[in-house]
Amino acid sequence: MKFELRGITKRFPGVVANDNVNLEVSTGEVLALIGENGAGKSTLMNVLYGIYRPDEGELRIDGTPQHFSSPADAIAAGIGMVHQHFMLVPVMTVAENVVLGVEPTGRLGSLDIDEARRMVKEVSDKYSLELNPDAVIEDLPVGVRQRVEIVKVLMRDAKIVVFDEPTAVLTPSEILEFFEIVRSLVAAGRGVIFITHKLKEALTIADRINVLRRGKVVGEANPKNTTESEIAEMMVGRAVQLVVDKKPATPGAAMLQVKNLSVVEPDGRTVVDDVSFEVRVGEIVGIAGVQGNGQTELVEALSGMRRAASGSISVADRDVSHDSPRERHAAGMAHIPEDRQRQGLVTEMSITENLVLTRYHDAEFSQGIRMKWDVAAARAKELVAAYDIRTNDPSQPASTLSGGNQQKVIVARELSRDIRLAVAAQPTRGIDVGSIEYVHSQIVKERDAGVAVLVVSTELDEIMSLSDRVLVMYRGRIVADLDPKKVSHMDIGLYMAGSRPAAVAS
Amino acid sequence: MNETLKSLRFTLLAVVAALVVSAFIIVITDIEALGDGNFGQAFSTLGTAYWGLFKGSFGSLRAISNTITGATPLLLAGLAVSSAFKAGLFNIGATGQMLAGAITGLWVGFAFQLPPIIHVPLALLAAAVGGALFGAIPGALKARTGAHEVITTIMLNGIASFTVLWLLKTELFKREGRDDAISKFVEDSAKLPKLFWFMGKRIDLLAHTGFIVALLATFVFWWLLRKTTLGFEMQATGFNQEAARYAGMKTKSLMVVSMAIAGAFAGLAGGSEVLGLYGYASGSVAGDIGFDAIAVALLGRSTPIGTLVSALLFGALQAGGRQMQVDTDVPIDLIIVLRALIVFFIAAPLLVKAIFRVKGDAKGFGQTFRGWGG
Repeated sequence: MKFELRGITKRFPGVVANDNVNLEVSTGEVLALIGENGAGKSTLMNVLYGIYRPDEGELRIDGTPQHFSSPADAIAAGIGMVHQHFMLVPVMTVAENVVLGVEPTGRLGSLDIDEARRMVKEVSDKYSLELNPDAVIEDLPVGVRQRVEIVKVLMRDAKIVVFDEPTAVLTPSEILEFFEIVRSLVAAGRGVIFITHKLKEALTIADRINVLRRGKVVGEANPKNTTESEIAEMMVGRAVQLVVDKKPATPGAAMLQVKNLSVVEPDGRTVVDDVSFEVRVGEIVGIAGVQGNGQTELVEALSGMRRAASGSISVADRDVSHDSPRERHAAGMAHIPEDRQRQGLVTEMSITENLVLTRYHDAEFSQGIRMKWDVAAARAKELVAAYDIRTNDPSQPASTLSGGNQQKVIVARELSRDIRLAVAAQPTRGIDVGSIEYVHSQIVKERDAGVAVLVVSTELDEIMSLSDRVLVMYRGRIVADLDPKKVSHMDIGLYMAGSRPAAVAS
Repeated sequence: MNETLKSLRFTLLAVVAALVVSAFIIVITDIEALGDGNFGQAFSTLGTAYWGLFKGSFGSLRAISNTITGATPLLLAGLAVSSAFKAGLFNIGATGQMLAGAITGLWVGFAFQLPPIIHVPLALLAAAVGGALFGAIPGALKARTGAHEVITTIMLNGIASFTVLWLLKTELFKREGRDDAISKFVEDSAKLPKLFWFMGKRIDLLAHTGFIVALLATFVFWWLLRKTTLGFEMQATGFNQEAARYAGMKTKSLMVVSMAIAGAFAGLAGGSEVLGLYGYASGSVAGDIGFDAIAVALLGRSTPIGTLVSALLFGALQAGGRQMQVDTDVPIDLIIVLRALIVFFIAAPLLVKAIFRVKGDAKGFGQTFRGWGG
């Protein structure tokens, strides 16, 4: 089967989300659709899945024009979609979820759960998905839940399977397993469309790569003879620095000193366990670790969002352990929070308001209780230009910005004031290549200006390229203090998994 | 089209839809005419009823005065709901806060002998303070214990109304020679001047300068939201409490302050009824205003100007409804149905979209009240 999109154009008020897009995929191949956030990938997928109707152009299957007016039509035509956010009922079993909506029934319309189990087993075995039909969804790890979604699609006999950012929620080993599944789907004669903004993954798994930028297909690449930087350049529209460009650090005196810090959850679990470290002026210290090993709680304790159970935190030799978040801001601490939507921004408010969110009480922006919104607006204009925030109008809500530009708003707000210490948690999570490059360069710039920087990230590549010193966190403890130039990814990976590389074991 | 216009359009369409449905109700309940198969008669009833609605709300100076009289407490109490909502709090307690303000305003109104230029502002201030203190209670309860303000404000409404009934029977408040719960009159010096005093002694023009107070309060609400650090903090907390805390705002004290401000608006509503309209207080001084205020805030999307416009609309419906009842046999209860329909259509944006075939999304329209504040 050959599935084609011909001249698809989809407009929304004020934007052309898809502009004359042509692409095709046949059974037995993997097409990667790559583009930055906001390039029009999701709109395109919604068009081919029958959620949106294109303003112009048509979809064809084996040359026959198709008119999808709902996902049901797309499913009937053999298109299946695995969404980024899973649509599963957590309290039901795998078998129950898979047959939801297409239940096999016995006499009097009763649910034939044995038949459902058998069907799941059959599909699972065929593609070696190793699913237990009786497992309850909420007990399963994310990678397995994704396989349940895949089974759902296969049970409806999809010839073309669309994956929307499938690896965003997976751990590195789950990603490898996922690639195996994709290969077995292709081997069984199905076609795959793989939507992503991760270059490495597209190069690993795809037979062909289409690059989308500002709603247009700007290029097609063959993974066999393309490099990451070539694709990145197509995505962004200019040459991109994928490796952080920085001079060796020249660390000075200790700025942040953390001594014997512990954080205990209300239920009694110790999530940060007797952690001590320091960050010096002019260096970037990276904290590596698998998500959920106490990094979030450590940052919350540092920023004052959460009380530490014991231990001390000092900034420039002043104990700030009992200070409020605002007092810590005043002591020169900047904080880029790990979840920009939940903590870093009030997305309903304007870009201008968000740019003064942590500073509105400064004499610069208010006098008594009167806000100087004209000053704030002028300052916002400067910051929008200086930090390359892509917007025509800073009085628009922050929710109108792409993820990368939202992150730049936070970076601009936190780094533009007079700071001595910057704590950046997951500073580039979920943002596009161009913005990652920009955020990294700003962090390095702060370091060179004499700021002490602590970066917490679960992206090992980011930690390795950005940091001057790497600490590894495992189960609430710091288990290693390493020089990124003298240690391999593999060894750090071992520390992150709680073991110790043989070469350095003592 | 900008968001404000878009939301205004949907609000208007909801009002139109509600008027149409009400028209059906008027026609089909005109039993006598329909029984005789006299459809012409039924439609002429409809015409008379809606003409009465208009005449009674805007058709004369007296009608306008009645509209303003009805709108005044609705606006102030509506601000109490809107302002709390801007801070992410769902204030169901405008009734209780009105009663608190009515009592404190009443007391200052009769307990002192002062020149009007001092007495009126002092009594209003007392009403605002009374409402603010009473409003702060659910704020403090939420900040300290996490008790949800919806529950606590409803409970406090009950506490307020029975406390007021009891107070009105004490020696301090009781009117000489009366055994029921009705208070002394306030001093003339504490009475809010009539709005149309320049028209001479027309006793049918009930509108009083409480309306000016309400307009000033609306301005204060706007100023607070747009021009002050406190308003900025309130809104940030209302949209995203986690981000407000991250930004160093004291979200717990903001809960108390926001509820106190809301209470002050409601307290003024109670005070202006006592000092402007009745001249005394009874157990029913707050009536259903505290609850109608929720609909006013909902319709006005919790903005200052929106609350003002919807309070005027509700005031007009109330005033016009009485005229309608006089001119036809259509009971004033239809106004309750009409108001309910407006709220219904506002709450069901997709329905209005479908009826009027409005293109595009219902953004800037739906979800005026997101959840239960939480």
